[in-house]
Amino acid sequence: MSKTPEKQPGDPNTTGHSWDGIEEFDNPMPRWWLWTLYVTIIWAVIYTILYPAWPLVQSATAGVKGWSSRALVQQEMVAFEEANAPWNAKLVETPLDDIAKEADLQQYAVNAGGAVFRTWCAQCHGSGAQGAPGFPNLLDDAWLWGGTLDDIVTTVSYGIRNEESDDARYSEMPAFGEILEHEEITQVVQYVMSLSNAQTDDAAAQAGKVVFEDNCAACHGDDATGDIFQGAPNLTDAIWLYGGSEEALTETVTNSRFGVMPNWDTRLTEAQIRAVSAYVHQLGGGQ
Amino acid sequence: MAILDKHKILETNATLLLVFSFLVVTIGGLVQITPLFYLENTIEKVEGMRPYTPLEMAGRDIYIREGCYTCHSQMIRPMRDEVERYGHYSLAAESMYDHPFQWGSKRTGPDIARVGGRYSDQWQVDHLRNPQSVVPESVMPKYGFLERRKLDGKYIGDVMAANAMVGTPYTDEMLEQAQADFRAQADPDSDYDGLLERYGDKVNVRNFDGQPELTEMDALVAYLQMLGTLVDFSTFTPDASR
Repeated sequence: MSKTPEKQPGDPNTTGHSWDGIEEFDNPMPRWWLWTLYVTIIWAVIYTILYPAWPLVQSATAGVKGWSSRALVQQEMVAFEEANAPWNAKLVETPLDDIAKEADLQQYAVNAGGAVFRTWCAQCHGSGAQGAPGFPNLLDDAWLWGGTLDDIVTTVSYGIRNEESDDARYSEMPAFGEILEHEEITQVVQYVMSLSNAQTDDAAAQAGKVVFEDNCAACHGDDATGDIFQGAPNLTDAIWLYGGSEEALTETVTNSRFGVMPNWDTRLTEAQIRAVSAYVHQLGGGQ
Repeated sequence: MAILDKHKILETNATLLLVFSFLVVTIGGLVQITPLFYLENTIEKVEGMRPYTPLEMAGRDIYIREGCYTCHSQMIRPMRDEVERYGHYSLAAESMYDHPFQWGSKRTGPDIARVGGRYSDQWQVDHLRNPQSVVPESVMPKYGFLERRKLDGKYIGDVMAANAMVGTPYTDEMLEQAQADFRAQADPDSDYDGLLERYGDKVNVRNFDGQPELTEMDALVAYLQMLGTLVDFSTFTPDASR
């Protein structure tokens, strides 16, 4: 065992602990460290006076600054609302068709509408409004329920086939699997494909024409160009929401489709709805 | 400092040290936790909160099982950017029947505290089946298997009883009718009056996934379509003290 060194002059005192003969010097803390500690203690006291801090029995101390995260977000929302208020008021007052005539207002509407679109619409219609199977492309000029600004505002406000809004656009294609024979469905699918010049079995397509006229023409029209008042798509333009293959069309005819869009009048303001409609309208297909 | 001199007794007696350490931690814990039970603004009083329906509860269990919370939060913070994107900031009251809550701490995907009603059922099904089919830039995995796993709600009453044990106010009637309510919510042709009577008129009754069978997809979509829609914000006044 080594010998415990003698205490040298100038050595600090020990802590008084002795473990198996090992002792510990009681060195003072570095001054900078000690002062930092004191400053944090003083800061803690100041903080608890200024900000909400100490829980009492039924409430916590509010702090003399009256700070509140909820009030802050409220203020910030109101500030932005006020900053845009003149524009939004103008957007709501201006007749829809006149919005594009005022360059400044149109620019505001398209920019604000783009933000609304990317937040609320892009998940279904795509971040570039290109759509997805079952969710319409908004860049082209094929419109199920009409492509005028007024039509778009109505669609955005009340949605399509949802349960929430009484004003939602509504139509329901029958599931022809329960109405037509299997062979008739094959024929009408061939006919519908022939309308957009897809490769088809001519004999079946000829027979399908009769089936179409008896069952489909009432909504899709005699010339199959659709009817925007019923949301019945144009079948001659080779634009397919659910796919234009024989398989996809057979599925559509047999079980029908029931695309739903939520209503936005309860989530967005009138100005936001008009803005996003103006944005969609100018993407390329607006009528 | 006579008492500090006695410190050696603690330091040289492991059992005593453990007992006193525990005492210190207990006091610290009590100081932090106890006020939450008495503070009046811990959970706001709001209109519309109700316990989850059996089908939503099953969906919530699937949400937890699949680890959705590791990428999606359910906590809209009171900041303008979040409120603009996701809707009204989350309230404590909105998680009052969550055991455990699903606030999450990671957003690889977006916050989904208010995803209910934001998209159609078909979108939810398409998106769970193959997220990239509707959102090409998404990194979310596919959950198409959910629509092949059938559910009969046999044990959902037990799940609800366990939740009742930790404080969710399920009535005896709700627990008894759990399996019937479970089936009724996914079948619009069923007699679901009892379900609405027990859980309120706003409960969504639909065939959520569009298939004849009742599957995990139905349950999860029912849960998602309810999220954030319960509180009636037209009657809510924010308490400025937080």
